[in-house]
Amino acid sequence: MSEPVVALRGVSAELGARPVLRGIDLTVCRGQVVALLGANGSGKSTAVRSAIGQVPVSAGAVELFGVPVRRFRDWRRVGYVPQRTTAATGVPATVTEIVASGRLSRTGFRRFCRADHAAVRRALELVGLADRAGDPVGALSGGQHQRVLIARALAAEPELLIMDEPMAGVDLAHQEVLAETLRDQVASGTTVLLVLHELGPLEPLIDRAVVLRDGRVVHDGPPPTAAGRPALPGHDPAHPSPAGALGAGASHHCLDPQAGTEPLRTGLPS
Amino acid sequence: MDLLNYAFMQRALLAAVLVGVTAPAVGVYLVQRRQALMGDGIGHVAMTGVGLGFLLSASPVWMATAVSVLGAVLMELIRWYGRTRGDIALAMLFYGGMAGGVMFINLAPGGSSATLTSYLFGSLSTVSPSDVTAICLLAAFVVLVTLGLRRQLFAVGQDEEFARVTGLPVRALNLLTAVTAAVTVTVAMRVVGLLLVSALMVVPVAAAQQLGRSFAATFAIAVALGVTVAVGGTVTSYYQDVPPGATIVLLTIAAFVALTALSAPLARRRARAAAAAAPAGDPAGRAIPAGRTAPDEVGA
Repeated sequence: MSEPVVALRGVSAELGARPVLRGIDLTVCRGQVVALLGANGSGKSTAVRSAIGQVPVSAGAVELFGVPVRRFRDWRRVGYVPQRTTAATGVPATVTEIVASGRLSRTGFRRFCRADHAAVRRALELVGLADRAGDPVGALSGGQHQRVLIARALAAEPELLIMDEPMAGVDLAHQEVLAETLRDQVASGTTVLLVLHELGPLEPLIDRAVVLRDGRVVHDGPPPTAAGRPALPGHDPAHPSPAGALGAGASHHCLDPQAGTEPLRTGLPS
Repeated sequence: MDLLNYAFMQRALLAAVLVGVTAPAVGVYLVQRRQALMGDGIGHVAMTGVGLGFLLSASPVWMATAVSVLGAVLMELIRWYGRTRGDIALAMLFYGGMAGGVMFINLAPGGSSATLTSYLFGSLSTVSPSDVTAICLLAAFVVLVTLGLRRQLFAVGQDEEFARVTGLPVRALNLLTAVTAAVTVTVAMRVVGLLLVSALMVVPVAAAQQLGRSFAATFAIAVALGVTVAVGGTVTSYYQDVPPGATIVLLTIAAFVALTALSAPLARRRARAAAAAAPAGDPAGRAIPAGRTAPDEVGA
């Protein structure tokens, strides 16, 4: 058994007076790719933001790499891709300038050295934006901007990627590019927790899908297949499938990644 | 250059150069955070410091620094905690600061509201040698912060939540920005005046945005422009016998208008180039997500 990379246990959270999370359990093991699905307002974003300590939690425990998130300091291990809302600020900035700020989790207050600049360049190459490095982000399309945010998260060479709707606003062709980038990351051992609206080109990468509805986990198990969309467990309100009945319990334990060559690629460890 | 023969003009010009550097250097971060009017608020609060300086026979510059740093910290705290009625609290701070300044200076022996005028709108002849020492020290602090922490301050201004997730001490950096802005206000106070300080923080940045493509370039252009107008305004003020603050601000606005007119064709050309480079994308970067389906489809 190895430590879960992300662990939410019985987490509840409110935004204002409105309860958004009502006691959710979510565990992501090393090397896993977990998709968080659910309707708008089901609590997906709040769940990932609570995982990185950006939403105050009213009940339950949140741990990153086995450390309570309030005491977690090793932020270089985490790459965060927020929902793309802050498209532009008051002052122009280039793609490189934005991506370089992702490296700060490694550099802190020290000066950038050659390795830091190289990591920034590599992150840009990974998302296919090396040729736009000097362009102002204001001149980019929505999909390109999204790739900038992903590159910013990759600049720190994180072990865990947390992405909130990384495919929103990205056209299909570029979704494929991003899926390719993510595949390389996963192949090199990166753990991924991502909020998705639909599985799309990422589907083959997803080990596990966690479906939220009204702040509760209604499914935790293999991702729904494209053909089986209507059969998405928990999708039919007449047949709610409580978490736990679908192997959620099993997913709360993590196998040691050293135990097998590819222990977690097939979905649920069994 | 006969104006350099006068010691008071040497001091005024030195102060002008420092103001021209520091005000846009801080301003670029304030504009980035959309807190462009923060300098104006601090300028109001600093008036209480000037008044207190006269009342207690202390240096108005150091007193204004102390009070405006306190005011800036208070503003930053209001921004954190007072989400609901933050604007009202800020308004009280601004006008309380101005009223306090007028009150204290009238209580000071021999002081009257007229004494405040040179602080409100700037004055060349009143930059004393001790002022110059204070201004140099304060300007050094501002330059050190705005250049030394440029990556960190940029990241916080760009995306505060992301900056927190990189582990940066975001609150401390925000406080530092507020304190640096307050220090800049007092650096600029003697030459530009408290009521016009904010213009020199914001307008050169707004002008530089017309030309700059990167944050670094915008920063550099804004500072170059700040120094040019501050020195130009000071010199003009000497020859024409007009208040330096007003001259500098009007020059800055003229530069802004000129650069905007100049850059419009440039921006059009760039937009065309960008559109040609990305034919499939949505040009403004804020189109409706194309890959999104109706909310209650899969994933729903």
